[in-house]
Amino acid sequence: MTHTDYPRTLFQKIWDRHVVAPADGDNVVLYIDRHLVNEVTSPQAFEGLRIAGRTVRRPGATIAVADHNVPTTDRDRPIADSDSRAQVATLERNVAEFGVPYVPLLSRAQGIVHVIGPDLGLTLPGLTIVCGDSHTSTHGAFGALAFGIGTSEVEHVLATQTLIQRPAKNMLVKVAGKLPNGVTAKDLILAIVGRIGTAGANGHVIEYAGEAIDALDMAGRMTVCNMSIEAGARAGMIAPDEVTFAYLNGRPMVPHGAAFERAKAEWLALRSDEGASYDHQIDIDAADVEPMVTWGTSPEAVTSVRGRVPDPTALGPDARRQVERALDYMGLLPGSSLKGLPIDVVFIGSCTNSRIEDLRSAAQIVRGRQVAGAVRALVVPGSGQVKAQAEAEGLDRIFKAAGFEWREPGCSMCLGMNPDRLRPGERCASTSNRNFEGRQGPGGRTHLMSPAMAAAAALFGHIVDVRELP
Amino acid sequence: MQIFTTLTAVAAALPVANIDTDKILSGEHLKTIGRHGLGTKLFSMLRYDERGDERPDFVLNRDPWRSAGILISLENFGCGSSREHAPWALADFGLRCIIAPSFADIFYANCFKNGILPVVLARRVVDALMLDASDGRRARMHIDLPAQTITRWNGEQIEFDIAPDRKQALLFGRDEIAETLEKAAAISCWEQVASLIAVDIPVDIGAYP
Ligand code: SF4
Repeated sequence: MTHTDYPRTLFQKIWDRHVVAPADGDNVVLYIDRHLVNEVTSPQAFEGLRIAGRTVRRPGATIAVADHNVPTTDRDRPIADSDSRAQVATLERNVAEFGVPYVPLLSRAQGIVHVIGPDLGLTLPGLTIVCGDSHTSTHGAFGALAFGIGTSEVEHVLATQTLIQRPAKNMLVKVAGKLPNGVTAKDLILAIVGRIGTAGANGHVIEYAGEAIDALDMAGRMTVCNMSIEAGARAGMIAPDEVTFAYLNGRPMVPHGAAFERAKAEWLALRSDEGASYDHQIDIDAADVEPMVTWGTSPEAVTSVRGRVPDPTALGPDARRQVERALDYMGLLPGSSLKGLPIDVVFIGSCTNSRIEDLRSAAQIVRGRQVAGAVRALVVPGSGQVKAQAEAEGLDRIFKAAGFEWREPGCSMCLGMNPDRLRPGERCASTSNRNFEGRQGPGGRTHLMSPAMAAAAALFGHIVDVRELP
Repeated sequence: MQIFTTLTAVAAALPVANIDTDKILSGEHLKTIGRHGLGTKLFSMLRYDERGDERPDFVLNRDPWRSAGILISLENFGCGSSREHAPWALADFGLRCIIAPSFADIFYANCFKNGILPVVLARRVVDALMLDASDGRRARMHIDLPAQTITRWNGEQIEFDIAPDRKQALLFGRDEIAETLEKAAAISCWEQVASLIAVDIPVDIGAYP
């Protein structure tokens, strides 16, 4: 363990603690405590091990689940799409061969990898957590150092339980004050991405702090850390506190009893020291944040629901070309208002917003109302556990009575690798994290927003300001 | 791993910022269990129309850029997902060098694992190279990694920066896993000293909760 006499950030503390050995240049060999594996980014990694005659160094630090490709209906039947079926079958063959813990499709624990980690208590403060998926940043909400890696690195972690990494820079995003009523963690992170831009935190790990962050529940903190990657950050993190400990206590893989108390004592030290220095600091006033909606094809193309689509003629040449292209793709007129924009599809789900708290917040809006005429509306819980909890609370009945489809857990329409896709030209109010061209299906048009806002859009058939609902 | 020393090739200009990994290789093409053959899927949304026919106005569908080996683009290239399928598709097409004012972190790191040289240059230099690339007669460039230079059609040389360890990795290729496995003793030692808060996950975790 490294002892230092200078004040360190939360990131530096976890980093220092996990350095196994120096490597060349600025690089270190960094120990990885938890490795999450999905079916999309792992086949070539296991194949690499096989070719080199290598084994998985620590299967017990590894957990695999299929989430991207899985159908959200008819789970008892074989997966219809042959490529998807092959990818899931390949994962099953690999975990069996290499002895890796696996959550099968029909298990109640199955779900989006970034939802089941916290569900099962695999995500703990102070750990290093990686996955071949950029939204691994989600787990930073617990005060873990969690980041996405490529398939070559997946293979490296499988073989060595470490990664060769160079240190990141530190950015502090401090959110003072309280979020107004009707404004959620999703609106906050969309506002932050809008403010600093999709490359704003390149090379940095963002630490979120301040009164508004402290006030968030774990689901909200996960939503914020999840979309750190949309600001270009390697990871997002939040120091653990009593909210974190209360969430963790009693989950299957969290230490119990006296061991929990001992762990808690260690976790309490996981906060940035007074006077720790950051390469950048961004200050946000929570009171200024409004319900946010993206209008373009990049998460930074976002504005308040009361806002308007920009007018490209008022911009410089680069920005102008970009905005023109985005508006053309999105089928929007310059200067038009977002409120009142008709939508065809509503997607409530994804690793950003598919937790029980997200479903409750959507159900509260939906209760006793009906989905508007032609709108196709989907709720896709993040995991089997979330789904069961929601059903125990009767949320499924609220959604179904209103005309929502109630699905099995998975990534679903977040990226449309399974049959849940937008058709060309369809406009979707989505609680996911990316609005890139074609992300939800070729030609599909995505507007990112909070679960409450998406639920409200489903009821009216167009974008509304959730604060104005009767 | 494929090594990279020098490259003489046609450069193609893609003057768009924030080229994301979905644009490089869209989600529907991620359902592969191999690394090869993704070149035909590269930039599919830009390259092909709804019927799957080539869009004649897209740069990589035109000569001489159809056989481009270098791609020049704008800020934050490769943002979005961590999918290594993106560099696999670029390399499979034959694009071995990407020049841009900035790259997204994970994409940048992934390039080096796949024999692709990502070059960061100031925007005004990128703009100049992009002008060259847009003119079929001037589009051929020479990249020299040992010398860290790009030679334009008129012989002018442009220098670029690259971290020494990354340069070494591209020049000589490396088996990082083998190198790390040589440190197995240090890894075991770390594991013994570390606290055991992160206990092993049972193999039947799927039976929880
Ligand atoms: S829900 Fe979407 S963003 Fe999250 S892991 Fe799945 S595909 Fe990626």
